[in-house]
Amino acid sequence: MTRLLKIQLFVLFITIGCFHSCKEQANQLSQIAGSQVPVDSSLAEVDSIESFIAPYRKRVNEVMDMPLSYAPRTLTKGDGELNTSAGNLLADAILEQASPIYESRTGTPVDFVIFNHGGIRSIISKGQVTTRTAYQVMPFENRIAIVEMPGNAVLGLVRFLKKSGRAHPIAGMQIILDKEDSIQSVIINGEPFDENRTYLAATSDYLVQGGDDMGFFKNRSNVEVMEYLVRNALIDYFKSHDTLRNTVDERFIRR
Amino acid sequence: MDRRTFLQNSMASAAYLGIAGAGLQSCSTQGTKQITILHTNDVHSHIDPFPSDHSRYANLGGLARRADLVHQIREENPNTLLFDAGDIFQGTPYFNFYGGELEFKLMSKLNYDAATIGNHDFDNGIDGLLAQVPHATFKLLSANYDFTNTVMNGFVNPYHTYYLDGIKIGVYGIGIALDGLVLQKLYKETVYHNPYEIALDTERKLKEEENCDLIICLSHLGYDYENNPNRPDDVTLATKTQHTQLIIGGHTHTFLEKPDVRLNKIGEEVLVNQVGCYGLNLGRIDFYFDSAKKVAGKGVSIQV
Repeated sequence: MTRLLKIQLFVLFITIGCFHSCKEQANQLSQIAGSQVPVDSSLAEVDSIESFIAPYRKRVNEVMDMPLSYAPRTLTKGDGELNTSAGNLLADAILEQASPIYESRTGTPVDFVIFNHGGIRSIISKGQVTTRTAYQVMPFENRIAIVEMPGNAVLGLVRFLKKSGRAHPIAGMQIILDKEDSIQSVIINGEPFDENRTYLAATSDYLVQGGDDMGFFKNRSNVEVMEYLVRNALIDYFKSHDTLRNTVDERFIRR
Repeated sequence: MDRRTFLQNSMASAAYLGIAGAGLQSCSTQGTKQITILHTNDVHSHIDPFPSDHSRYANLGGLARRADLVHQIREENPNTLLFDAGDIFQGTPYFNFYGGELEFKLMSKLNYDAATIGNHDFDNGIDGLLAQVPHATFKLLSANYDFTNTVMNGFVNPYHTYYLDGIKIGVYGIGIALDGLVLQKLYKETVYHNPYEIALDTERKLKEEENCDLIICLSHLGYDYENNPNRPDDVTLATKTQHTQLIIGGHTHTFLEKPDVRLNKIGEEVLVNQVGCYGLNLGRIDFYFDSAKKVAGKGVSIQV
């Protein structure tokens, strides 16, 4: 009998113990382990996901790889000291595509284009030029912005270009430096630079907001951001030129 | 042993086994519980792996492979949650062509549980974001963006709670200041509130009102702005909060070698993690839970 009692007591003890630990759930953080798993070719591609993507990919590739133009030679942003073939292409594309649209809206054409050298993200290889090329050169969603600049701000811009040591793309403007790097002449939109005049510059919304240290855009109150992506201007330029003949030229030189 | 004693003994044993059995069933508590948190950030519409001739990320990434990895881990531990810390959109033509539809549909197919909103997720405007909401089966979380006066009103929650294996997990979202990063005409009347104040308020709610066992922040603030201490970032957020145990970050495309362990406001350890960008990596944090008695005095051991 004592033995039975002992067993019952034991059962009771276990039961209480168990219910007790039930109440006290295992929700106390005890250990954390962190790791990072690379997504690489050791993993299989899940068929259902792959086949879901396939039609989207096909359509994107069809559009991206449709030939738009032809480059008889490779255009880069490193083939000239003060101006380059790829830079000239980009700046010319912006001027040629955006200025007529802006003029049709406002009655005034754009005077010149300034862009940043770092904004050109790829060379344009010799051969077929496609929409994909435009995405490679200009992957960002930057919009073309038209900025009103008084003469002194334009002078600041020219001095910036002279000092920067990088071939920032320009169009609609010619800058000639002498051997000592002094500014010899500035011609804008076919006419000599006039410090008392106001000019309209086309650039990107990124640069207007102070990107790439282009301080001369500071305090510019008259800015109109067009609903026109720089990349789309490039695509439209490709569509309207069956051959890209842009080269290093005389728009910014030292002599 | 006579027959009577034997019977009594067996009955007692049976009773014991029965009760103990029931007890063990009702409290799977005896063993350790494991919650696995998986995460990505700044995937930026990278659906395909990088091409084999890519200079930096050749053959890395890809949604169909990430699906395989997530599936494997969920098989291993069904108590797994999958999160994204924002900038789902923008970066490949898939976004330009389809406006984020494919990104949201695929994340839904991978059973993402929640995502917070990054600055680039406004790139097609707040209307462009709304247009993709029907394609998402996961939650959009942001505690410090107030969408009340926008079309997104009602489609974003400050936080969400999950209940896995008896563990309650609270997850909240924190977004970056939009002014200067996103054009106002895109984010429209979205109001940004101080992330630190909102985080403190939200984690308190998750701890005290929702009684969460684990609290996670999905942040798109950015990892660390050493040169600009006034700009809110994740490492500072970690030091200012006290209930948040993990900050899953984004925005700065920071490739951390391993999760960063920081001390919070009350001197307890908190993890800050970010896994670069473009879906090149999947972050994984495993949380193990034991009974208070087992843990008592030992603190939390962290292996990173």
